Amino acid sequence: MAATAQPNVKNVWLGGVEPMKASYGKLMMWFFLVSDTFTFSALLVSYGLVRFSYPAYAGKVADFVSSPAYWPIPEKVFDALPFMHGLHAPLVFVGIMTFILILSSVTMVLAVEAGHRMDRAAVEKYMLWTILGGATFLGCQAWEWTHFIHGTDNGTVIKELVDGSWVSKTVFGANLTQNQYGPPAFADLFFFITGFHGTHVFSGVVLNYLIFYRTSTGFYDRRGSYEMVEKVGLYWHFVDLVWVFVFTFFYLV
Amino acid sequence: MAHVHEHDENAGAEQRKAIWRTFWILLILTALEFLIAFTLTAGTLKTAIFVGMTIVKAFYIVGEFMHLKHEVKSLIWATLLPCIFVVWLLIALMTEGGSIFDLR
Repeated sequence: MAATAQPNVKNVWLGGVEPMKASYGKLMMWFFLVSDTFTFSALLVSYGLVRFSYPAYAGKVADFVSSPAYWPIPEKVFDALPFMHGLHAPLVFVGIMTFILILSSVTMVLAVEAGHRMDRAAVEKYMLWTILGGATFLGCQAWEWTHFIHGTDNGTVIKELVDGSWVSKTVFGANLTQNQYGPPAFADLFFFITGFHGTHVFSGVVLNYLIFYRTSTGFYDRRGSYEMVEKVGLYWHFVDLVWVFVFTFFYLV
Repeated sequence: MAHVHEHDENAGAEQRKAIWRTFWILLILTALEFLIAFTLTAGTLKTAIFVGMTIVKAFYIVGEFMHLKHEVKSLIWATLLPCIFVVWLLIALMTEGGSIFDLR
């Protein structure tokens, strides 16, 4: 590192050189991602706070029934698969989603590597795979939301205190005020956290498409650098990173 | 980074190998998480294992995929040190959550 043209090492921070050996755009992407880390952390830590303020389910896992009185066990909530109505497949669908996102992260980093070699065809190929992975993930999330909102066949009977008297009613699915799976706060946090992450995936797909478009029109070849692939790649990996945390704290723990 | 590998034909192949190695590590860790989710009973140990595995996965994504492991030290610390605030927020709000539970 000392071999690069820096006549006076003491002047590294006085301008004219890149002290962090990264371009302006890349540095700003890193600092944006640090700030985004705080946003997602705030959401996930809030989940922890709300979860700790509710009683945990105390009985056997096999005997679990949904109730607004205690926090649900995620594997009992997220156990459905598309085209497999009625099948109990705990966490299988979310596992597939995790796999898709990790794989699209791999194709993204392969595109970055191809960009280093100025290999336009390879960048195009891997960007297309990455876009496909992101779009598939979004499709999966849309299905997961639809299922969560519509609920199970039988719903859950919930007792509510309305004007001083207890009223029983059957609740199907979840929205921001009612939730058949557990306390309403559980559904609220589900919508906010996976929704905010999904928005990130969506903007990531849009950015990836832009990169693909500019690659295929030869823009980066004319510019002589594929560094934009790297910058957007950072963002895409961050989206994958956040999902790793959401997966653990929302679905596993 | 670009200017380092451009003149080296084999460097790209080595990098691709490292990418796929990271992929397998992430995949195996996720599969193990599934195994643990259905074999261990819920408790502090299970949570600790999950958090530990998540941090290992985060290390590989940030270090290898985002290339942070190979950046200069000042960039690594500028990125990691602010995350200490998250740890503080976590401790503070977990305590707060437990306190709300006691008062309810």
